[in-house]
Amino acid sequence: MLTVSGVHTFYGAIEALKGVDLEVSAGEIVTLIGANGAGKSTLLMTICGNPPARAGRVIFEGEDITRLPTFEIVRRGIAQSPEGRRIFPRMTVLENLQMGSISAKPGSFNTELERVFHLFPRLKERIDQRAGTMSGGEQQMLAIGRALMSQPRLLLLDEPSLGLAPLVVRQIFQVIKDINREQKMTVFMVEQNAFHALKLAHRGYVMVTGKITMSGTGAELLANEEVRAAYLEGGH
Amino acid sequence: MEYFLQQLINGLTLGAIYGLIAIGYTMVYGIIGMINFAHGEIYMIGAFIAVITFLVLGTVGITWVPLMLLVVLIMAMLFTAVYGWTIERIAYRPLRNSPRLAPLISAIGMSIFLQNYVQLLQGARVKPLPPVVPGGFSLMERADGFVVQISYLQLTIILLTVALMYGFTQIIQRTELGRAQRACEQDKTMAGLLGVNVDRTISLTFVMGAALAAVAGVMVTLYYGVIDFYIGFLAGVKAFTAAVLGGIGSLPGAMLGGLFIGLIEAFWSAYFTIEYKDVATFSILVLVLIFRPSGLLGRPEIEKV
Ligand SMILES: Nc1ncnc2c1ncn2[C@@H]1O[C@H](COP(=O)(O)OP(=O)(O)OP(=O)(O)O)[C@@H](O)[C@H]1O
Ligand SMILES: [Mg+2]
Repeated sequence: MLTVSGVHTFYGAIEALKGVDLEVSAGEIVTLIGANGAGKSTLLMTICGNPPARAGRVIFEGEDITRLPTFEIVRRGIAQSPEGRRIFPRMTVLENLQMGSISAKPGSFNTELERVFHLFPRLKERIDQRAGTMSGGEQQMLAIGRALMSQPRLLLLDEPSLGLAPLVVRQIFQVIKDINREQKMTVFMVEQNAFHALKLAHRGYVMVTGKITMSGTGAELLANEEVRAAYLEGGH
Repeated sequence: MEYFLQQLINGLTLGAIYGLIAIGYTMVYGIIGMINFAHGEIYMIGAFIAVITFLVLGTVGITWVPLMLLVVLIMAMLFTAVYGWTIERIAYRPLRNSPRLAPLISAIGMSIFLQNYVQLLQGARVKPLPPVVPGGFSLMERADGFVVQISYLQLTIILLTVALMYGFTQIIQRTELGRAQRACEQDKTMAGLLGVNVDRTISLTFVMGAALAAVAGVMVTLYYGVIDFYIGFLAGVKAFTAAVLGGIGSLPGAMLGGLFIGLIEAFWSAYFTIEYKDVATFSILVLVLIFRPSGLLGRPEIEKV
Protein backbone atom coordinates (compact mmCIF):
# COMPACT_ATOMS: atom_id res chain seq x y z
CA MET A 1 0.00 0.00 0.00
CA LEU A 2 2.79 2.40 0.96
CA THR A 3 6.31 2.07 -0.35
CA VAL A 4 9.07 4.42 0.69
CA SER A 5 12.28 3.92 -1.25
CA GLY A 6 15.60 5.71 -0.93
CA VAL A 7 14.04 8.80 0.63
CA HIS A 8 16.31 11.69 1.59
CA THR A 9 14.83 14.71 3.35
CA PHE A 10 16.62 17.90 4.28
CA TYR A 11 15.93 20.84 6.58
CA GLY A 12 18.10 23.43 4.91
CA ALA A 13 21.52 21.81 4.93
CA ILE A 14 20.64 19.25 7.63
CA GLU A 15 19.95 15.82 6.22
CA ALA A 16 17.26 14.30 8.46
CA LEU A 17 16.49 11.21 6.34
CA LYS A 18 19.45 9.53 4.71
CA GLY A 19 17.90 7.01 2.37
CA VAL A 20 14.90 5.41 4.03
CA ASP A 21 13.30 2.25 2.63
CA LEU A 22 10.22 0.68 4.09
CA GLU A 23 6.91 -0.79 3.20
CA VAL A 24 3.46 -0.92 4.74
CA SER A 25 0.94 -3.41 3.39
CA ALA A 26 -2.83 -3.02 3.44
CA GLY A 27 -4.42 -4.09 6.71
CA GLU A 28 -1.22 -3.94 8.75
CA ILE A 29 -0.24 -2.10 11.87
CA VAL A 30 3.39 -1.12 11.45
CA THR A 31 5.39 0.53 14.21
CA LEU A 32 8.49 2.64 13.78
CA ILE A 33 10.73 3.08 16.81
CA GLY A 34 13.93 5.03 17.25
CA ALA A 35 15.76 7.43 19.54
CA ASN A 36 14.98 11.12 19.78
CA GLY A 37 16.03 12.97 16.67
CA ALA A 38 16.28 9.80 14.59
CA GLY A 39 13.95 11.25 11.96
CA LYS A 40 10.71 9.42 12.72
CA SER A 41 8.47 12.46 12.62
CA THR A 42 10.29 13.72 9.57
CA LEU A 43 9.45 10.48 7.79
CA LEU A 44 5.73 10.80 8.56
CA MET A 45 5.76 14.40 7.39
CA THR A 46 7.69 13.52 4.25
CA ILE A 47 5.09 10.89 3.37
CA CYS A 48 2.62 13.81 3.43
CA GLY A 49 4.93 15.99 1.35
CA ASN A 50 5.81 18.61 3.97
CA PRO A 51 8.79 18.78 3.68
CA PRO A 52 8.93 16.78 0.44
CA ALA A 53 11.67 14.24 -0.17
CA ARG A 54 14.64 15.68 -2.01
CA ALA A 55 15.52 12.28 -3.42
CA GLY A 56 13.81 8.91 -3.49
CA ARG A 57 10.16 8.04 -3.97
CA VAL A 58 6.99 7.65 -1.95
CA ILE A 59 4.42 5.39 -3.61
CA PHE A 60 0.89 5.16 -2.25
CA GLU A 61 -1.44 2.57 -3.77
CA GLY A 62 0.69 2.40 -6.88
CA GLU A 63 0.84 6.16 -7.41
CA ASP A 64 3.98 8.25 -7.02
CA ILE A 65 3.01 10.96 -4.53
CA THR A 66 6.52 12.24 -3.81
CA ARG A 67 6.06 15.59 -5.52
CA LEU A 68 2.38 16.22 -4.89
CA PRO A 69 1.34 19.13 -2.67
CA THR A 70 0.31 18.06 0.83
CA PHE A 71 -3.41 18.64 0.37
CA GLU A 72 -3.41 16.46 -2.75
CA ILE A 73 -1.61 13.66 -0.92
CA VAL A 74 -3.95 13.52 2.02
CA ARG A 75 -6.99 13.69 -0.25
CA ARG A 76 -5.86 10.37 -1.70
CA GLY A 77 -6.66 8.66 1.59
CA ILE A 78 -3.87 9.38 4.08
CA ALA A 79 -4.46 11.07 7.43
CA GLN A 80 -1.96 12.01 10.08
CA SER A 81 -2.18 12.72 13.77
CA PRO A 82 1.11 14.60 13.93
CA GLU A 83 3.74 15.14 16.59
CA GLY A 84 2.53 17.61 19.19
CA ARG A 85 -1.13 16.92 18.32
CA ARG A 86 -1.57 20.26 16.57
CA ILE A 87 -5.24 20.60 17.33
CA PHE A 88 -6.65 24.04 16.50
CA PRO A 89 -6.73 25.60 19.97
CA ARG A 90 -9.19 28.39 19.20
CA MET A 91 -11.71 26.12 17.56
CA THR A 92 -14.23 23.94 19.33
CA VAL A 93 -13.98 20.16 19.42
CA LEU A 94 -16.70 19.93 16.81
CA GLU A 95 -14.96 22.40 14.50
CA ASN A 96 -11.72 20.47 14.81
CA LEU A 97 -13.56 17.33 13.77
CA GLN A 98 -15.18 19.20 10.90
CA MET A 99 -11.71 20.19 9.75
CA GLY A 100 -10.82 16.50 9.81
CA SER A 101 -13.55 15.69 7.34
CA ILE A 102 -12.36 18.07 4.61
CA SER A 103 -10.89 15.29 2.52
CA ALA A 104 -13.65 12.83 3.39
CA LYS A 105 -16.29 11.55 1.01
CA PRO A 106 -19.16 14.05 0.88
CA GLY A 107 -22.07 13.07 3.09
CA SER A 108 -20.02 10.86 5.38
CA PHE A 109 -19.75 13.42 8.15
CA ASN A 110 -22.50 12.23 10.47
CA THR A 111 -21.60 8.54 10.40
CA GLU A 112 -17.92 9.30 10.96
CA LEU A 113 -18.76 11.67 13.79
CA GLU A 114 -20.82 8.97 15.49
CA ARG A 115 -18.00 6.51 15.05
CA VAL A 116 -15.43 8.86 16.56
CA PHE A 117 -17.75 9.66 19.48
CA HIS A 118 -18.22 5.95 20.01
CA LEU A 119 -14.44 5.47 20.20
CA PHE A 120 -13.92 8.56 22.37
CA PRO A 121 -17.08 9.35 24.35
CA ARG A 122 -15.15 12.10 26.12
CA LEU A 123 -15.08 14.10 22.91
CA LYS A 124 -18.85 14.01 22.71
CA GLU A 125 -19.12 15.44 26.22
CA ARG A 126 -16.74 18.24 25.21
CA ILE A 127 -18.22 18.93 21.80
CA ASP A 128 -18.50 22.72 22.22
CA GLN A 129 -15.39 23.25 24.33
CA ARG A 130 -12.50 25.22 22.90
CA ALA A 131 -9.92 22.59 22.06
CA GLY A 132 -7.04 24.60 23.53
CA THR A 133 -8.59 24.36 26.98
CA MET A 134 -8.77 20.57 27.00
CA SER A 135 -6.38 18.28 28.87
CA GLY A 136 -3.45 16.67 27.11
CA GLY A 137 -5.16 13.30 26.92
CA GLU A 138 -8.35 14.80 25.56
CA GLN A 139 -6.36 16.71 22.98
CA GLN A 140 -4.68 13.49 21.90
CA MET A 141 -8.07 11.82 21.51
CA LEU A 142 -9.18 14.79 19.45
CA ALA A 143 -6.09 14.62 17.26
CA ILE A 144 -6.70 10.94 16.52
CA GLY A 145 -10.44 11.44 16.14
CA ARG A 146 -9.82 14.30 13.71
CA ALA A 147 -7.52 12.08 11.63
CA LEU A 148 -10.18 9.37 11.57
CA MET A 149 -12.88 11.76 10.33
CA SER A 150 -11.63 11.54 6.75
CA GLN A 151 -11.96 7.75 6.91
CA PRO A 152 -8.40 7.32 5.60
CA ARG A 153 -7.09 4.08 4.20
CA LEU A 154 -3.70 4.82 5.75
CA LEU A 155 -3.52 6.35 9.22
CA LEU A 156 -0.23 7.88 10.36
CA LEU A 157 0.15 8.34 14.12
CA ASP A 158 3.09 10.18 15.65
CA GLU A 159 3.55 9.19 19.29
CA PRO A 160 -0.12 8.82 20.17
CA SER A 161 0.73 7.83 23.76
CA LEU A 162 3.07 10.72 24.52
CA GLY A 163 2.52 12.24 27.94
CA LEU A 164 -0.60 10.24 28.76
CA ALA A 165 -1.54 8.32 31.91
CA PRO A 166 -1.20 4.51 31.62
CA LEU A 167 -4.96 4.05 31.58
CA VAL A 168 -5.39 6.46 28.68
CA VAL A 169 -2.46 4.89 26.85
CA ARG A 170 -4.15 1.51 27.09
CA GLN A 171 -7.37 3.05 25.83
CA ILE A 172 -5.65 4.67 22.85
CA PHE A 173 -3.86 1.46 21.89
CA GLN A 174 -7.15 -0.41 22.17
CA VAL A 175 -8.73 2.09 19.81
CA ILE A 176 -5.89 1.62 17.31
CA LYS A 177 -6.37 -2.14 17.48
CA ASP A 178 -10.13 -1.78 17.01
CA ILE A 179 -10.03 0.50 14.01
CA ASN A 180 -7.45 -1.75 12.39
CA ARG A 181 -9.51 -4.85 12.99
CA GLU A 182 -13.03 -3.56 12.45
CA GLN A 183 -12.51 -0.88 9.82
CA LYS A 184 -9.57 -2.59 8.10
CA MET A 185 -7.62 0.62 8.41
CA THR A 186 -3.89 0.40 7.81
CA VAL A 187 -1.87 2.04 10.57
CA PHE A 188 1.71 3.26 10.48
CA MET A 189 2.78 4.65 13.82
CA VAL A 190 5.77 6.10 15.55
CA GLU A 191 6.07 5.26 19.24
CA GLN A 192 8.43 5.80 22.14
CA ASN A 193 6.35 3.34 24.10
CA ALA A 194 8.13 0.55 22.24
CA PHE A 195 6.87 -2.36 24.31
CA HIS A 196 3.19 -1.69 23.86
CA ALA A 197 3.57 -0.54 20.30
CA LEU A 198 5.52 -3.57 19.15
CA LYS A 199 3.12 -5.91 20.93
CA LEU A 200 0.27 -4.31 19.03
CA ALA A 201 2.02 -4.17 15.67
CA HIS A 202 2.23 -6.80 12.98
CA ARG A 203 5.62 -5.52 11.96
CA GLY A 204 8.11 -2.95 13.09
CA TYR A 205 11.09 -0.92 11.95
CA VAL A 206 13.94 0.62 13.90
CA MET A 207 15.38 3.93 12.77
CA VAL A 208 18.77 5.31 13.76
CA THR A 209 19.89 8.77 12.62
CA GLY A 210 17.91 8.90 9.42
CA LYS A 211 18.22 5.28 8.35
CA ILE A 212 16.30 2.05 8.91
CA THR A 213 18.63 -0.34 10.72
CA MET A 214 16.34 -3.22 11.56
CA SER A 215 12.96 -4.65 10.70
CA GLY A 216 10.86 -7.66 11.58
CA THR A 217 7.60 -8.75 13.09
CA GLY A 218 6.59 -7.14 16.34
CA ALA A 219 7.44 -10.29 18.26
CA GLU A 220 10.85 -10.61 16.61
CA LEU A 221 11.82 -7.07 17.49
CA LEU A 222 10.55 -7.47 21.03
CA ALA A 223 12.79 -10.52 21.43
CA ASN A 224 15.82 -8.88 19.84
CA GLU A 225 18.65 -8.14 22.26
CA GLU A 226 19.71 -4.88 20.65
CA VAL A 227 16.16 -3.58 20.60
CA ARG A 228 15.65 -4.62 24.19
CA ALA A 229 18.82 -2.87 25.29
CA ALA A 230 18.21 0.34 23.40
CA TYR A 231 14.44 0.83 23.57
CA LEU A 232 12.91 -1.43 26.15
CA GLU A 233 15.00 -1.23 29.32
CA GLY A 234 12.55 -0.17 31.95
CA GLY A 235 10.31 0.86 29.09
CA HIS A 236 7.20 -0.83 30.45
CA MET B 1 -28.42 67.56 21.41
CA GLU B 2 -29.62 67.85 17.81
CA TYR B 3 -26.16 68.75 16.65
CA PHE B 4 -24.78 65.78 18.56
CA LEU B 5 -27.28 63.45 16.92
CA GLN B 6 -26.33 64.71 13.49
CA GLN B 7 -22.66 64.05 14.18
CA LEU B 8 -23.55 60.60 15.40
CA ILE B 9 -25.21 59.83 12.07
CA ASN B 10 -22.27 61.22 10.12
CA GLY B 11 -19.84 59.33 12.32
CA LEU B 12 -21.68 56.05 11.87
CA THR B 13 -21.58 56.46 8.11
CA LEU B 14 -17.86 57.12 8.10
CA GLY B 15 -17.30 54.32 10.57
CA ALA B 16 -19.11 51.86 8.33
CA ILE B 17 -16.78 52.72 5.48
CA TYR B 18 -13.62 52.47 7.60
CA GLY B 19 -14.86 49.23 9.13
CA LEU B 20 -15.30 47.61 5.72
CA ILE B 21 -11.75 48.50 4.74
CA ALA B 22 -10.40 47.46 8.14
CA ILE B 23 -11.75 43.93 7.70
CA GLY B 24 -9.36 43.39 4.81
CA TYR B 25 -6.37 44.47 6.88
CA THR B 26 -7.34 42.34 9.80
CA MET B 27 -8.11 39.19 7.81
CA VAL B 28 -4.92 39.29 5.80
CA TYR B 29 -2.94 39.95 8.95
CA GLY B 30 -4.70 37.06 10.63
CA ILE B 31 -3.85 34.59 7.94
CA ILE B 32 -0.35 35.57 6.87
CA GLY B 33 0.77 37.77 9.76
CA MET B 34 1.48 40.71 7.51
CA ILE B 35 0.01 44.16 6.95
CA ASN B 36 -1.13 44.45 3.35
CA PHE B 37 -0.08 48.04 2.75
CA ALA B 38 -1.54 47.95 -0.75
CA HIS B 39 -5.04 47.45 0.68
CA GLY B 40 -5.83 51.19 0.69
CA GLU B 41 -5.07 51.22 -3.04
CA ILE B 42 -7.55 48.41 -3.58
CA TYR B 43 -10.18 50.63 -2.06
CA MET B 44 -9.11 53.51 -4.29
CA ILE B 45 -9.35 51.28 -7.36
CA GLY B 46 -12.82 50.25 -6.20
CA ALA B 47 -13.79 53.93 -6.16
CA PHE B 48 -12.44 54.48 -9.68
CA ILE B 49 -14.26 51.46 -11.03
CA ALA B 50 -17.39 52.87 -9.44
CA VAL B 51 -17.01 56.22 -11.24
CA ILE B 52 -16.27 54.53 -14.55
CA THR B 53 -19.20 52.16 -14.23
CA PHE B 54 -21.55 55.02 -13.34
CA LEU B 55 -20.41 56.89 -16.43
CA VAL B 56 -20.85 53.84 -18.64
CA LEU B 57 -24.30 53.15 -17.20
CA GLY B 58 -25.17 56.80 -17.82
CA THR B 59 -24.16 56.59 -21.48
CA VAL B 60 -26.15 53.42 -22.10
CA GLY B 61 -29.14 55.07 -20.45
CA ILE B 62 -29.57 53.02 -17.30
CA THR B 63 -30.67 55.52 -14.69
CA TRP B 64 -32.83 53.56 -12.25
CA VAL B 65 -30.87 54.08 -9.05
CA PRO B 66 -31.20 50.67 -7.36
CA LEU B 67 -30.12 48.90 -10.56
CA MET B 68 -27.22 51.32 -11.00
CA LEU B 69 -26.05 50.72 -7.46
CA LEU B 70 -26.28 46.98 -7.86
CA VAL B 71 -24.34 46.92 -11.12
CA VAL B 72 -21.71 49.30 -9.78
CA LEU B 73 -21.24 47.28 -6.62
CA ILE B 74 -20.90 44.02 -8.52
CA MET B 75 -18.47 45.47 -11.04
CA ALA B 76 -16.34 47.10 -8.36
CA MET B 77 -16.23 43.94 -6.26
CA LEU B 78 -15.40 41.75 -9.24
CA PHE B 79 -12.58 43.91 -10.54
CA THR B 80 -10.99 44.61 -7.19
CA ALA B 81 -11.21 40.93 -6.32
CA VAL B 82 -9.06 40.26 -9.37
CA TYR B 83 -6.65 42.98 -8.23
CA GLY B 84 -6.52 41.51 -4.72
CA TRP B 85 -5.82 38.05 -6.09
CA THR B 86 -3.12 39.33 -8.43
CA ILE B 87 -1.40 41.38 -5.74
CA GLU B 88 -1.15 38.34 -3.50
CA ARG B 89 0.25 36.28 -6.35
CA ILE B 90 2.83 38.82 -7.47
CA ALA B 91 3.86 40.67 -4.34
CA TYR B 92 3.37 38.26 -1.45
CA ARG B 93 3.29 34.60 -2.37
CA PRO B 94 6.86 34.47 -3.72
CA LEU B 95 8.00 35.96 -0.41
CA ARG B 96 5.94 33.66 1.83
CA ASN B 97 9.01 32.16 3.51
CA SER B 98 11.23 35.24 3.49
CA PRO B 99 12.08 37.43 6.49
CA ARG B 100 9.12 39.57 7.55
CA LEU B 101 10.61 42.77 6.21
CA ALA B 102 10.63 41.53 2.60
CA PRO B 103 6.86 41.28 2.02
CA LEU B 104 6.41 44.56 3.88
CA ILE B 105 8.67 46.37 1.44
CA SER B 106 7.02 44.54 -1.43
CA ALA B 107 3.63 45.73 -0.13
CA ILE B 108 4.74 49.35 -0.03
CA GLY B 109 6.18 48.98 -3.53
CA MET B 110 2.89 47.54 -4.74
CA SER B 111 1.01 50.43 -3.17
CA ILE B 112 3.18 53.05 -4.89
CA PHE B 113 2.88 51.17 -8.16
CA LEU B 114 -0.92 51.07 -7.99
CA GLN B 115 -1.16 54.79 -7.21
CA ASN B 116 1.00 55.66 -10.18
CA TYR B 117 -0.77 53.17 -12.39
CA VAL B 118 -4.15 54.74 -11.69
CA GLN B 119 -2.70 58.23 -12.01
CA LEU B 120 -1.30 57.36 -15.43
CA LEU B 121 -4.48 55.72 -16.65
CA GLN B 122 -6.98 58.17 -15.17
CA GLY B 123 -4.99 61.38 -14.79
CA ALA B 124 -4.10 63.24 -11.65
CA ARG B 125 -7.16 65.46 -11.62
CA VAL B 126 -9.99 64.97 -9.16
CA LYS B 127 -12.88 62.92 -10.60
CA PRO B 128 -16.30 64.32 -9.77
CA LEU B 129 -19.54 62.38 -9.75
CA PRO B 130 -22.95 64.04 -9.64
CA PRO B 131 -25.09 62.94 -6.70
CA VAL B 132 -26.74 59.62 -7.49
CA VAL B 133 -28.82 59.14 -4.37
CA PRO B 134 -30.18 62.55 -3.35
CA GLY B 135 -32.61 63.33 -0.55
CA GLY B 136 -33.14 62.00 2.93
CA PHE B 137 -35.25 61.96 6.05
CA SER B 138 -35.47 64.92 8.40
CA LEU B 139 -35.48 63.44 11.85
CA MET B 140 -36.03 66.50 14.04
CA GLU B 141 -35.66 70.26 14.01
CA ARG B 142 -34.12 72.55 16.59
CA ALA B 143 -35.75 75.82 17.55
CA ASP B 144 -33.22 77.82 15.52
CA GLY B 145 -33.95 75.81 12.41
CA PHE B 146 -31.10 73.28 12.54
CA VAL B 147 -32.43 70.05 11.03
CA VAL B 148 -31.13 66.62 11.93
CA GLN B 149 -30.99 64.65 8.73
CA ILE B 150 -30.15 61.17 7.65
CA SER B 151 -29.76 61.04 3.92
CA TYR B 152 -30.95 58.07 1.91
CA LEU B 153 -27.34 57.53 1.01
CA GLN B 154 -26.22 57.42 4.64
CA LEU B 155 -28.98 54.97 5.36
CA THR B 156 -27.94 52.83 2.40
CA ILE B 157 -24.32 52.86 3.52
CA ILE B 158 -25.12 51.87 7.08
CA LEU B 159 -27.62 49.17 6.17
CA LEU B 160 -25.46 47.70 3.43
CA THR B 161 -22.49 47.61 5.79
CA VAL B 162 -24.46 45.90 8.53
CA ALA B 163 -25.73 43.32 6.04
CA LEU B 164 -22.27 42.68 4.61
CA MET B 165 -20.69 42.36 8.01
CA TYR B 166 -23.38 39.96 9.13
CA GLY B 167 -23.01 37.84 6.01
CA PHE B 168 -19.28 37.93 6.27
CA THR B 169 -19.25 36.84 9.90
CA GLN B 170 -21.52 33.94 8.95
CA ILE B 171 -19.08 32.87 6.24
CA ILE B 172 -16.17 32.91 8.67
CA GLN B 173 -18.07 31.16 11.45
CA ARG B 174 -20.16 28.63 9.60
CA THR B 175 -18.81 27.66 6.21
CA GLU B 176 -16.05 25.26 5.31
CA LEU B 177 -14.12 28.12 3.69
CA GLY B 178 -14.36 30.17 6.89
CA ARG B 179 -13.19 27.26 8.99
CA ALA B 180 -10.30 26.67 6.61
CA GLN B 181 -9.36 30.35 6.93
CA ARG B 182 -9.38 30.16 10.71
CA ALA B 183 -7.43 26.91 10.60
CA CYS B 184 -4.77 28.49 8.38
CA GLU B 185 -4.60 31.37 10.83
CA GLN B 186 -3.80 28.96 13.66
CA ASP B 187 -1.62 26.33 11.98
CA LYS B 188 -1.02 26.25 8.21
CA THR B 189 0.96 23.02 8.32
CA MET B 190 -1.86 21.20 10.07
CA ALA B 191 -4.47 22.71 7.81
CA GLY B 192 -2.52 21.33 4.86
CA LEU B 193 -2.28 17.92 6.50
CA LEU B 194 -6.06 17.84 6.68
CA GLY B 195 -6.48 18.59 3.01
CA VAL B 196 -6.85 22.38 3.01
CA ASN B 197 -5.36 24.03 -0.05
CA VAL B 198 -3.53 26.67 1.95
CA ASP B 199 -2.44 28.81 -1.03
CA ARG B 200 -5.97 28.96 -2.36
CA THR B 201 -7.35 29.83 1.07
CA ILE B 202 -4.91 32.73 1.36
CA SER B 203 -5.83 33.93 -2.13
CA LEU B 204 -9.51 33.85 -1.25
CA THR B 205 -8.82 35.87 1.88
CA PHE B 206 -7.26 38.60 -0.26
CA VAL B 207 -10.19 38.40 -2.65
CA MET B 208 -12.77 38.75 0.12
CA GLY B 209 -10.93 41.65 1.75
CA ALA B 210 -10.62 43.36 -1.62
CA ALA B 211 -14.32 42.95 -2.37
CA LEU B 212 -15.27 44.59 0.91
CA ALA B 213 -12.82 47.43 0.31
CA ALA B 214 -14.44 47.88 -3.11
CA VAL B 215 -17.83 48.36 -1.48
CA ALA B 216 -16.25 51.00 0.75
CA GLY B 217 -14.77 52.61 -2.38
CA VAL B 218 -18.16 52.74 -4.09
CA MET B 219 -19.80 54.26 -1.06
CA VAL B 220 -17.15 56.89 -0.56
CA THR B 221 -17.49 57.89 -4.19
CA LEU B 222 -21.20 58.37 -3.68
CA TYR B 223 -20.77 60.07 -0.33
CA TYR B 224 -18.16 62.68 -1.19
CA GLY B 225 -18.81 62.87 -4.92
CA VAL B 226 -15.10 63.35 -5.71
CA ILE B 227 -12.19 60.98 -5.79
CA ASP B 228 -8.56 61.03 -6.87
CA PHE B 229 -5.77 58.51 -7.14
CA TYR B 230 -4.49 59.48 -3.71
CA ILE B 231 -7.54 58.69 -1.53
CA GLY B 232 -6.29 55.19 -0.78
CA PHE B 233 -3.46 56.42 1.38
CA LEU B 234 -5.42 58.35 3.99
CA ALA B 235 -8.37 55.96 4.10
CA GLY B 236 -5.91 53.09 4.25
CA VAL B 237 -4.08 54.50 7.25
CA LYS B 238 -7.35 55.24 9.01
CA ALA B 239 -8.77 51.79 8.39
CA PHE B 240 -5.47 50.33 9.47
CA THR B 241 -5.76 52.37 12.66
CA ALA B 242 -9.27 51.00 13.09
CA ALA B 243 -7.99 47.45 12.70
CA VAL B 244 -5.21 48.01 15.22
CA LEU B 245 -7.56 49.75 17.62
CA GLY B 246 -10.01 46.86 17.45
CA GLY B 247 -7.22 44.32 17.75
CA ILE B 248 -5.46 43.29 14.58
CA GLY B 249 -6.59 39.83 13.53
CA SER B 250 -10.01 40.22 15.13
CA LEU B 251 -13.03 40.53 12.84
CA PRO B 252 -15.45 42.11 15.34
CA GLY B 253 -12.51 44.26 16.41
CA ALA B 254 -12.14 45.67 12.91
CA MET B 255 -15.82 46.57 12.78
CA LEU B 256 -15.76 48.15 16.23
CA GLY B 257 -12.50 49.96 15.49
CA GLY B 258 -13.94 51.32 12.24
CA LEU B 259 -16.96 52.63 14.09
CA PHE B 260 -14.76 54.29 16.70
CA ILE B 261 -12.55 56.00 14.15
CA GLY B 262 -15.57 57.21 12.19
CA LEU B 263 -17.22 58.65 15.29
CA ILE B 264 -14.04 60.27 16.54
CA GLU B 265 -13.46 61.88 13.17
CA ALA B 266 -17.02 63.19 12.95
CA PHE B 267 -17.09 64.59 16.48
CA TRP B 268 -13.62 66.02 16.26
CA SER B 269 -14.50 67.88 13.07
CA ALA B 270 -17.72 69.12 14.60
CA TYR B 271 -16.53 70.26 17.99
CA PHE B 272 -12.86 71.09 17.46
CA THR B 273 -11.18 71.97 14.21
CA ILE B 274 -11.74 70.09 11.01
CA GLU B 275 -8.12 70.66 9.97
CA TYR B 276 -6.83 68.41 12.70
CA LYS B 277 -9.24 65.51 12.29
CA ASP B 278 -6.59 63.30 10.72
CA VAL B 279 -4.19 64.14 13.49
CA ALA B 280 -6.77 62.85 15.97
CA THR B 281 -6.87 59.48 14.22
CA PHE B 282 -3.12 59.16 14.08
CA SER B 283 -2.75 60.13 17.73
CA ILE B 284 -5.08 57.25 18.54
CA LEU B 285 -2.93 54.90 16.49
CA VAL B 286 0.14 55.97 18.42
CA LEU B 287 -1.60 55.73 21.79
CA VAL B 288 -3.02 52.28 21.10
CA LEU B 289 0.33 51.02 19.90
CA ILE B 290 1.99 52.30 23.05
CA PHE B 291 -0.55 51.34 25.68
CA ARG B 292 -2.54 48.45 24.28
CA PRO B 293 -0.90 46.96 21.20
CA SER B 294 -3.32 44.03 21.22
CA GLY B 295 -6.23 46.45 20.74
CA LEU B 296 -9.72 46.38 22.20
CA LEU B 297 -10.72 42.86 21.20
CA GLY B 298 -7.38 41.40 20.20
CA ARG B 299 -5.85 38.58 22.15
CA PRO B 300 -2.48 39.21 23.75
CA GLU B 301 0.38 37.34 22.09
CA ILE B 302 0.98 35.15 25.14
CA GLU B 303 -2.20 33.18 24.52
CA LYS B 304 -0.45 31.37 21.66
CA VAL B 305 -0.49 27.69 22.54
N1 LIG C 1 11.92 22.10 11.20
C1 LIG C 1 13.18 21.63 11.36
N2 LIG C 1 14.26 22.37 11.03
C2 LIG C 1 15.50 21.91 11.19
N3 LIG C 1 15.80 20.71 11.67
C3 LIG C 1 14.78 19.91 12.02
C4 LIG C 1 13.42 20.32 11.90
N4 LIG C 1 12.62 19.33 12.32
C5 LIG C 1 13.45 18.34 12.70
N5 LIG C 1 14.74 18.68 12.52
C6 LIG C 1 15.90 17.84 12.80
O1 LIG C 1 15.78 16.65 12.07
C7 LIG C 1 16.17 15.53 12.85
C8 LIG C 1 15.02 14.54 12.93
O2 LIG C 1 13.95 15.11 13.67
P1 LIG C 1 12.58 14.36 13.93
O3 LIG C 1 11.66 15.32 14.57
O4 LIG C 1 12.15 13.73 12.67
O5 LIG C 1 13.03 13.25 14.98
P2 LIG C 1 12.15 12.20 15.76
O6 LIG C 1 12.72 10.87 15.45
O7 LIG C 1 10.72 12.40 15.49
O8 LIG C 1 12.49 12.57 17.27
P3 LIG C 1 11.54 12.54 18.58
O9 LIG C 1 11.52 11.12 19.03
O10 LIG C 1 12.29 13.40 19.55
O11 LIG C 1 10.22 13.07 18.20
C9 LIG C 1 16.58 16.10 14.21
O12 LIG C 1 17.98 16.19 14.24
C10 LIG C 1 15.96 17.46 14.26
O13 LIG C 1 16.74 18.35 15.00
MG1 LIG D 1 9.14 12.95 16.59
